[in-house]
Formats: sequence, C-alpha cells, structure tokens
Amino acid sequence: MENVVNMDFLEEIVSYFKRSPSSIIAMLQEIQEKYRYLPKEIFPFLSKSTGLSEARIYSLATFYENFSLEPKGKNIIKVCDGTACHVRKSLPILERLKAKLKLEPGAVTTKDLAFTVEVVACLGACGLSPVITLNGKAYPAMTPDKATELLESLIEVKGE
Amino acid sequence: MLRSRQELKDLREKCQRSAQDEVRKILVCSGTGCVASGAEEVYDQFKAVLERLKIPCSVKFIEDGHGVGLKRSGCQALCEKGVLVRVEPEGYLYTKVKSSDCEVIVTETVQQGRHVERLAYKDHDGAVCKRTQEIPFFKRQMRLVLENCGNIDAESILEYLAAGGYKSFEKAIYDMSSQEIIKEIADSKLRGRGGGGFPTGYKWQQVYRQKLFPKYIVCNGDEGDPGAFMDCSIMEGDPHRMLEGMLIAGRAVGASDGYIYVRAEYPLAVRRLKKAIADLEEYGLSGENILGSDFSFRFHLNRGAGAFVCGEGSALTASIEGKRGFPRVKPPRTVEHGLFDKPTVLNNVETFANVAVIIDKGSEFYKSIGTESSPGTKAFSITGNIENTGLIEVPLGMTLKEVIYDVGGGMKGGKKFKAVQIGGPSGACLTEEHFDLPLDFDSLAKAGAMIGSGGLVVADEDTCMVELARFFMNFTQRESCGKCIPCREGTKRMLLILERIVSGNGRATDIDNLLDLAITIKETALCGLGKTAPSPVLSTIKNFEEEYQAHIVDRQCPAHSCEKLKKYYIEPELCKGCSKCAKLCPTNAISGKAKEIYSIDPIICTRCGVCVSSCKFVAIKEAW
Ligand SMILES: Cc1cc2nc3c(=O)[nH]c(=O)nc-3n(C[C@H](O)[C@H](O)[C@H](O)COP(=O)(O)O)c2cc1C
Ligand code: FES
Repeated sequence: MENVVNMDFLEEIVSYFKRSPSSIIAMLQEIQEKYRYLPKEIFPFLSKSTGLSEARIYSLATFYENFSLEPKGKNIIKVCDGTACHVRKSLPILERLKAKLKLEPGAVTTKDLAFTVEVVACLGACGLSPVITLNGKAYPAMTPDKATELLESLIEVKGE
Repeated sequence: MLRSRQELKDLREKCQRSAQDEVRKILVCSGTGCVASGAEEVYDQFKAVLERLKIPCSVKFIEDGHGVGLKRSGCQALCEKGVLVRVEPEGYLYTKVKSSDCEVIVTETVQQGRHVERLAYKDHDGAVCKRTQEIPFFKRQMRLVLENCGNIDAESILEYLAAGGYKSFEKAIYDMSSQEIIKEIADSKLRGRGGGGFPTGYKWQQVYRQKLFPKYIVCNGDEGDPGAFMDCSIMEGDPHRMLEGMLIAGRAVGASDGYIYVRAEYPLAVRRLKKAIADLEEYGLSGENILGSDFSFRFHLNRGAGAFVCGEGSALTASIEGKRGFPRVKPPRTVEHGLFDKPTVLNNVETFANVAVIIDKGSEFYKSIGTESSPGTKAFSITGNIENTGLIEVPLGMTLKEVIYDVGGGMKGGKKFKAVQIGGPSGACLTEEHFDLPLDFDSLAKAGAMIGSGGLVVADEDTCMVELARFFMNFTQRESCGKCIPCREGTKRMLLILERIVSGNGRATDIDNLLDLAITIKETALCGLGKTAPSPVLSTIKNFEEEYQAHIVDRQCPAHSCEKLKKYYIEPELCKGCSKCAKLCPTNAISGKAKEIYSIDPIICTRCGVCVSSCKFVAIKEAW
C-alpha cells in the first residue's frame, strides 16, 4: 500500500508543535493536508505523543467538518453554497458535477479516488457568485455547463 | 529590529518619503475575488512588461528605490468587475483587466498619463467613470476601517507604516496609561461588530480588573455567516490594522498573548496574516519588550476546521484549546474565564480594526460619525439580486433604502424588490415597510432584526421566501453542534416541515407547528446559534405568510422558484404524437397513443425535465 504513514513526517509534525495537546487540531490539519485524509494509524501515535486519549482525538476528527477519515480524491472540488451563491443558483452546478462524475447519492469521492466534491458555505468571493474551487483555485461565475467543461479539460489532460 | 520609539518614527518617516518618491503606483487588486479572476497572472504580466520596457519598478518598496510601484492591494470592492487595477496618481480605475491589457495600461497611462477608456468602469447609464470616487457605488460610502484596504500593498508592513501605521500603538505604549486607553475606547462608544453590539470599552474594563494572569486577547475571524466577507477582506487587505488593534487591547488590559482564529475557507487571509505576524516579529513590534518598553506580546494563528458554531465565543476558545467546539453555559463569562480559563478579551476582526482610528483621532471624532448610540461605520457585504454586489462601508444609521438604492444601485435587471435578509442564518428579513429604518444596532433590534455579521442578501420577486427560510434552516441544522436538545432536534423538525412545504406536501397545521417549535427553541437553546436559528423562519412567516399559505394550500410557489411545485403539461396544438417523451419518461407519467395527443399525469411526474428537452416540437410547457 502506498499510503502507509510516514513516521518521520509524523514525528516532525508533533515536535514542531512541541507535543502540546492544545495544538492537536493544527497537527491534524497538517496531516490531513499531506494525506488528504486522516489515516487511522495516526491516532495511536498522536495519542502517545500528546497524552490525549485516542477517543478524544477521534472525536475531534469527527466533530470538525474539514477532517475526513476516508481517503479523498486527487482533485478536490468545492462548490460554494453560501447565501450569495445559493440565490444565484449553485445547486444545479453541484448536481451536474455529481452526475458527470457518477457519484452515488451520499458519496463525495469517486471510486477511482480521482475526484472529491464537497459543499462549502462561502469562500469569501461572493461578488463572483456562484463560485467553485478546484484544488484551491477559484473559478468565478460558474454555470453547470462551465463546470462540465472544467471537468472535461481535467480528464483530457489526464488522458494524454 | 526596532528598539525604541525613535527608531519606529525614523522608519515610518523613511517609508513615507519613499512612498512620496514613487512617481506612480499600479495597484493590482489581490482580494479573493480578483485572485479568482486572475489577478496573479495580471500582476506577473505587469512585472514582465515593466521589465521589458526598462521602466524601473519597485516591487519591494524602499529597497528598490524609486520608479513605478507595483502592488498587490486588498479588495477594491467591485469584485464582479475584477481584475481591478488602479493607477496612481491619476487614480484611473480599470476593470476586467486581463494579462493582454497590461501593455496598453503601461504605455498609455503609466508612461503618458493618458486614460484608456475601453477598460474604464461604466455606470448604469453607460457613462464612463474614470476614477473610483466618480462611481455612484462609492459616493455615499465612508471608508474608515477600510481606509487602506485597496490603497496599499496588503503584504507590506512598510506600506502600512507609510500610511501612518502603528502610530496609535506607539501612542498607546508611550503616552497613555491602561486606564486612559480603555476610557478612550469606552468614550467612543465603540460596539462589537461581531453581531451583538456589546460595548467594547466595557468589555476591556472588565478584563483589566481581573487579577488572574496571564490574560489573553482573542480575535474572532471565524466569519461564519455564509455570504459575508467583510472580515475576510480586512484580514486580507489590511491585516496590520487589525493586529494593531489587538496590540493596543493587549496593552490596555495587560495581556501577553493574542490568538487569531481564522476560518478554514480563507487560505489567502491565513497567508497574509502569517506574513504580517512574521514581519511584526522581525521589526520588533511583537515579542519581548516591544520598542524597548515593558510591554511584551506574542501572536498565535489558529485555523478553523469547518464548524460554524466555533464563531460563538466559548466554542471558539474551546477550539483554540484543541477541543471540540462546544459552547458552554454562561456565566462564567469569557472576560473572567475565557481562553485556558484565563481572563480574555474576545472581539471581532472589524472591532479591532476600529481601535487604531479611535486612539489616533480621539473618541470625539469617532462619535461624530454614525448615530448617538451606534457611532462609527459598519462594513456590509451586499449580495444577491442587486446591481452592485460587493463590500461596502457606510456610517451606521444609514437607512435601508439608501443602502439598497444609493449604494447598491437598486435591483438587478430592474426587478421588483421583495426583501433583504440581514445577519445571515441568525438574522431576519426586512421588507419595503422598513425602507426608512436606520441601520444601527438599536433600531434593528427594535424591528426584531439584528446587524449580525453584516451580510445583506437582497431578494427580488423571483426569490421564494419559504425556500430562503429552508436554506438557512438547513445551514443551522447542519451546523448545530448537538450539545443541547432544543437546537439539535428542534432545528431538524423545523427543517423537515420546511422541506415538506417547498416540495408541495405541506400540511394545514405546518405554520402553527413551525411557530411553536421556533418559540421553544428560541427560549431554551443553550447558545446563540440555537436561540437565533428560528429567526429567518419567524420573520418570513411574519412578513410573507401568504407565500407559505400558497405553498401549503394551493400547492403553488408564487415566486416560480420551487422546482417541485412546477407542473408540466403538453400543449395539444403543438403535440404531433411522436411518443418520444412517453418513451423517455423515467416514471411513465406520460401516456397516449401514437399520432394522437399525449398527456402528463401530474401526480406521477417528478419534474425531472427530460421530456422538455426531448420534444422537437417544443410542445411541453411549464406552468406554476
Ligand atoms: C453561532 C454563533 C456564531 C457566531 N459567529 C461569529 C463570527 O463568525 N464572527 C464574530 O466575530 N462573532 C461571531 N459570533 C459572536 C461572538 O460570540 C462574539 O459575540 C463576538 O465575536 C464578540 O466580539 P465583538 O464584541 O467584537 O462583537 C457568533 C455567535 C454565535 C452565537
Ligand atoms: S456565498 Fe459563495 S463565495 Fe460567498
């Protein structure tokens, strides 16, 4: 398996944050940034390093919406459904993306781990609503058709 | 590393001279909106063009000497028209700038001072507005907190110094006692901009009185209201102003550490704040014995992890402590037992951004703006179906009508105004009858609304108010932390009822049930999230009960927006009986014989719309 957790990396993270229990959220954020999710192997390690119980750390991972216990896709698409984007029709864009990626109801990540589609509330670019982001880059004034084009351009690049 | 007041003054003067020496400035807006529209590419292109034409360009300010200053500014407020570029000293504003436009801007404006009309802003009637001040959107605004935002390089502490930065902080450590600082803030009647409007001076005074040390300053940059981005713009566009406010607060109450909690969805704000904090350390404006005084203060940056409830004070401090963001029962208040159980000043980003102005210009000046009980300005983000969407700052007490028509430019596409939702998911809606209502803390509270976050969402005749209420309820329901039952279960029940109504299955008793639940939740929920969650429902029922009735009794959506209440029918005159629609219909709702006229059974039809796009003869029509 490719995603066996790199222990040196974990060690680096916990020592950067001085093993402080109050920095546990920041540690989880760093780990999630690298692996795009929280692999289950990290919990015993973090528990030993910080002195917090595994259950405590696990409870954080489930409480905060940004953390994922499931592997996320290589490409992460965030569809804004904040008020401004909602009144300018963001949901049809989400529906289109889900349909194009053949995501089953309730699923957010494609089976081949190529894409994850998430809904977020306001990206701070309301003036350009509706907005979606692809791997952190924002795309303003989206429509379902533009979203399709964006997906197709990605899949093409991959196919080459 | 600055070691004394004099060194800070010298550096500031040097920066001011350098700013004057800069013949020209090109300000490329680098707020989240314009970055999304390609501001980075435009910036790089300007740099390339200037280099190619051998025009000296001081990207770094000061160090590179004189020439053309190329800067990444904070939000210039017309996000929809991005990428925005302004050239000083003429003040020419260019909109929708692309990389390919950089060359002409340099050769025409930068080199010869000529205006490029093609890229100018055109107002409603097509008239060209060369400068920002000529645009109607800005005429009625007043930029106090956002003064620097869009005018200086957001990533440069030196530019902030050139704009008079850290002067108030300097005054606060050398010329004022803690009590004097607090008195100035209290006299200014500054009220918290995070929603509640709590008097800031009073809060500081309470923390000052505590005997327990260390004390903390916490800045609430969680900006949870979906559809509001004022705090985001301040953190991105003028981070030092907020940090200066925090330093002054720290000095006033005797705190040693400042924590900034920023929402996870604002990566640019996080990046700019990180840079700003590192610069403060480098210049010795944070750390031990700042400027040689006895004051020590350190900054810490925390990123949120996607929980709206963390905007609530006690949930926010729990999150900084590395716990789940559950609000707790109060008292004890944050001022006594806040972060790490220590006395804590918790204020909003915009509140801190007001502090430097008050210390610099005095409380009398501050009170001359706004209203008697709500002095100063307030930033709002106006979005929705309005002509000018964006970030605005106006004196408190401006009427709703002035904000919507004079600043916002009226309704988009000449549609009819219906309502404005103020304060996001905890807020209420205001209608035409409130047009003359002054927007300030007390007048709004009297009208049953609140400024809340400052998000204004304008709805026109095509917006369904029941659906809007459902949207907000869906948001709060998802964000309910689950600690108290009224909020956890109550919001779920309310959401179910609303979902039922918008999908055409409403029951006669639904409005009464909603009101019942709303009042119970309001009275019994633990924290502000639950207490205010029913507000959008209560206020839409109060103002638009007939719209609820139409959904429930007539199964109709008067705004023609709820998809589930749409009906499809086949126009007999156009139908050729080709049977294509009947074959495609996934629910077999269409029946008929070939070559005869087909019909749709509205009970079976799920309004998927497949038939509409399949009919070559455009015979399938929508009805409401
Ligand atoms: C559910 C909930 C969400 C809140 N979200 C925010 C927020 O995003 N930003 C903010 O400044 N205050 C928010 N508040 C208000 C804070 O609890 C607190 O009153 C405020 O930050 C105090 O700062 P101020 O006195 O400067 O307004 C929220 C309150 C509740 C109950
Ligand atoms: S609501 Fe989508 S960016 Fe603000």
